Amino acid sequence: MSTQSHTEQNHITGNKTYIIVWAVLMVMTAVTVYVSYINFGILNIVIALVVASIKASIVALYFMHLKFEDSITWVFALFPLSLLALLIGMTITDTFTRTIVP
Amino acid sequence: MGDASVEHSHGHHMDPAVEYSSSKLGMWLFLGTEILLFGGLFAAYAIFRAKYPEMFFEQHVELNKKMGAVNTCILIFSSLTMAMGVSAIQRGKQKATAILLLITILCGLGFGVVKYFEYSAKFHHHIYPDTSIFFSLYFLMTGLHMLHVFIGLAILGVLFALTIKGKFTAKYNTPVEVGGLYWHLVDLIWIYLFPLLYLIG
Amino acid sequence: MANHTIAHDVYVPFLEKKGIWSWLLSTDHKRIGIMYLISISFFFLVAGVFALMLRYELLTPVSDFVQPHTYNVLFTLHGSIMVFFFIVPGLAASFGNFLIPLMIGAPDVAFPKLNLGSYWIYLLGTLIVLIALAKPADTGWTFYTPYSATTDTDVVLITLGVFVLGFSSILTGLNFIVTIHKMRAPGMTWHRLPLFIWASYATSVLQLLATPVVGITLLLLITERTLGVGFFDPAKGGDPVLFQNFFWFYSHPAVYIMIIPAMGVISEIIPVFARKPIFGYKAIAYSSLGIAFISFLVWAHHMFTSGISDIAATIFSFLTFLVAIPTAIKVFNWTATLYKGSIHLHSAMLYALAFVFLFTIGGLTGLFLGALAADIHLHDTYFVVAHMHYVMIGGTVMGFFGALHFWYPKWFGRMFNETVAKIAWLFIFIGFNVTFFPQFFLGVQGMPRRYATYPAEFESLMALSTYGSWILGAGIFIMTVNLIAGLINGEKAPQNPYGSLSLEWQVPSPPPLENFEEIPHVTDWSYGYGKKK
Repeated sequence: MSTQSHTEQNHITGNKTYIIVWAVLMVMTAVTVYVSYINFGILNIVIALVVASIKASIVALYFMHLKFEDSITWVFALFPLSLLALLIGMTITDTFTRTIVP
Repeated sequence: MGDASVEHSHGHHMDPAVEYSSSKLGMWLFLGTEILLFGGLFAAYAIFRAKYPEMFFEQHVELNKKMGAVNTCILIFSSLTMAMGVSAIQRGKQKATAILLLITILCGLGFGVVKYFEYSAKFHHHIYPDTSIFFSLYFLMTGLHMLHVFIGLAILGVLFALTIKGKFTAKYNTPVEVGGLYWHLVDLIWIYLFPLLYLIG
Repeated sequence: MANHTIAHDVYVPFLEKKGIWSWLLSTDHKRIGIMYLISISFFFLVAGVFALMLRYELLTPVSDFVQPHTYNVLFTLHGSIMVFFFIVPGLAASFGNFLIPLMIGAPDVAFPKLNLGSYWIYLLGTLIVLIALAKPADTGWTFYTPYSATTDTDVVLITLGVFVLGFSSILTGLNFIVTIHKMRAPGMTWHRLPLFIWASYATSVLQLLATPVVGITLLLLITERTLGVGFFDPAKGGDPVLFQNFFWFYSHPAVYIMIIPAMGVISEIIPVFARKPIFGYKAIAYSSLGIAFISFLVWAHHMFTSGISDIAATIFSFLTFLVAIPTAIKVFNWTATLYKGSIHLHSAMLYALAFVFLFTIGGLTGLFLGALAADIHLHDTYFVVAHMHYVMIGGTVMGFFGALHFWYPKWFGRMFNETVAKIAWLFIFIGFNVTFFPQFFLGVQGMPRRYATYPAEFESLMALSTYGSWILGAGIFIMTVNLIAGLINGEKAPQNPYGSLSLEWQVPSPPPLENFEEIPHVTDWSYGYGKKK
C-alpha cells in the first residue's frame, strides 16, 4: 500500500473555488431559514435535514479537501456516519416498538 | 556514544510525506469520534422529538432565530477564511495565513459573544437545562458545541502564534491543515444544530 | 531514514536508561507498553482482591463478612476496575504498544507523543476514580438508571474517571490504526502481517468508534445528577432504558475490544509451539474484522428483559448467533493448526491451549444467553456471571498470561522458571474452573447475580466456587512471584528462544531503542514453520 502520495501536497485549492463554495453555503442557509417560516408540515424537517446534509457535504468535500483524499480517509469519514445512523435508527425503533403494559 | 543513540532514537524523523498523510488520517479518525460523541445527543434529540413533537414546537420559538442565523453565517465565513488560510500557507504566504487565521479566531470569538447573549437571555427568563427536555437538549448540544469552539480557538491560537514565528512554510504546514480540519468540524456540527434546534418546530 | 548518529556496533537495549522520569516522559512505545503493563497488572490484582472478598462473603448465605451496601460497592469496584482499568486497555495498550511497531517493522508508532499522552490520560482517569472511592458507587459497573441517577454515592466522579479513561482508549486506537496503515516496512503487505496485527487493527477500530458513545452516555448521566437533566428520568419525560441502549452500544463492542487481542495472541503462540504454519491465515485475519463489524449490531442482547419489543429482540438474537460464526472459524483454525503439529507444551502454549478450551465454553454459553426463551430465565443470574468470566478469564486473561510468558524474554531479556510457571498454570486452570463452572448450575437454578445473601439451598455450590477462587488466587500469586523473580535473577534470554519467525524475534532481547538498525525488507509471512529453508 502506497505510503507516499505526492499528489496530495501538490493540489492547492484556489480561493475562487472556496468563495464559490461559501456563496453556495450562504444561499442554502438563506433557503433553509426562509423555508422555516412556511409550514410544509412533515416536509419541513426533511428539507431542513437535506439542506443541512448538502451544506455539510460541500464543507467536507471542498473546505476539508475530502474530494482529494485517499480511500482510507473516505472509509473513516463515512463509517462513523453509518454507525450513527444505526444508533439513531435502532434506539428510535426500540422506543416506539415497546409493548406498553396497561 | 550511549547518550548519542539515546538522543537520536526518538528524533527518528518520519518521511515528511508519511508524516503528512499520517497526521491527516489521524485527524479524520478523531473527527469520526467527535461525530459519534455528538451522535448520542442527536439520537436523544430524534427520540424525544418523535415522542413529544408539541414540546419541540412550542418551546423552540423561545430560541432567537436571528441570533442563530447570524452565528451560522459567522461560522461558515470562518470556515472560508480557515480554508483560505490553509491554501495560503501551502503557497508559503505566511502573512496572509496569519491574517486569515486571525479572522477565523475573531469569528469564533464573535460566535461566543452571540452565544453569551443568547444564554443570558435564557437565564433571564428562567430557562435552564432542567426546564424541559427540549431545553436540556438545547443547552447540552449547544454547550458541548461551544466547548469544541473553545478548543478550536485554542488550537487556532497556537497555530497563529507559530505562523507569526515563521514555523510554517510551503514545505511544512501539516498542523495548519490538520487544525483547520478540526475547525471545519465545529462548523459542520453547527450546520446541523441550527436547523434542528432553531428552525423546525 | 539513515541512522547516521547511531553506531551500529553498540546495542543499547531500550531498558538501559534508568530513572523514573526517563520512563514517565518516554515516548518509546516499548517503555509505554511496559508502563501500561505494570499499571494494568496492578489494577488486575487490586480488583482480584475485591473479587476474593466478594467470594468470601458468599461462603455463607447470610451477610456476615460485609454489609449488603458494602457488597454492592465491592462488585461495582471489582467490575469497574477490571473492565475500565485492566481489560479494556489490557492487551491492546500493553502488548499492542510493545509489539505493533516491532511486528510491522517500524521504529515506533505514528504519534509517539500522543501515545505517551494516552498513558498519562489513563493515569488521570484512574486517579479520578481513586478520589471517587471516598464515597464509592454501588450501582454495578453498568451504572443503570434510574438507580445511578438517584443513589447517594459518588457516581459523578467514578463516571468522570471512566470518561477520561475513554479518551485514552480512543487515542490509542487512533494511533494504532494510523501506524498500521502508514508505517509498515517495505514488503510488509497486509497479507504478510502477523495475525496479532490484524487483531489489533480490528480492536483499534472498535476502541476508536465505540468509546465516544459511552463517553456521551456517561456525560448525560453526570448532567442528570448535576444539572437535573431528565433524559433517563420518566418523571421528566425521559426513558431509563435509553441509558441501556446507549450504554450497550459501546459496551458490547467493548467486550470484543477485550477478546480480539487475546485471540491475536493465541494465533501467534500456537504456530510457534506446534511448529506449523497457522491454518487458514486469511480466515482468521478477516474474521477479526468480521467480529468487530458484527459486534456493533448486537448490543440489545443485554436488554432482552428490559421491555424491548419482540421484533427487536428477535433481530438482535439472530445477529448474536451470527457473531458466533467468525469466532468459531478461529477456533477451528487453531485446532487445525495443532493437528499433526509438533506440540511443545511450554507455559505460554499451556495458556493458549487453555484459552481455546475455556473460551469455547464461554462462547457456547453465550449462545444459551442469546436464545430468547433461555435468556428470560438466565438473564441476571449466575449463568451470566459464569459466561462472562469464562470468556474474560478463560479467554482474555489466559491470552494475557500466555502473552506475558511468551514475550517475556523479548521484553525483559530474561527467562523465568518454566517449571514453576507450569505449576502456576495448573493452579490457575483448576482454580478457575472450580470457581466458575458451578456458577452455570447456580444460574440455571435461579441464583441471581449481585446479591450478598442467598437461599440456603445454594450454599454448597457457592462454597465450592469460593474454594475455587482461593486456588485461582494462589495460582496467580505463584505466577506473579515467578515472573518477578525472573526479572531479578532469571538467566539472560537469547534473541529467539522459541524459534519464532516474526519480526520482533529478529532483534535482540530486549530490543534496542530504535527497534531496527535498518528497516527490514519483508519477503514472506511469519508463519513458515516446518518448511524447508
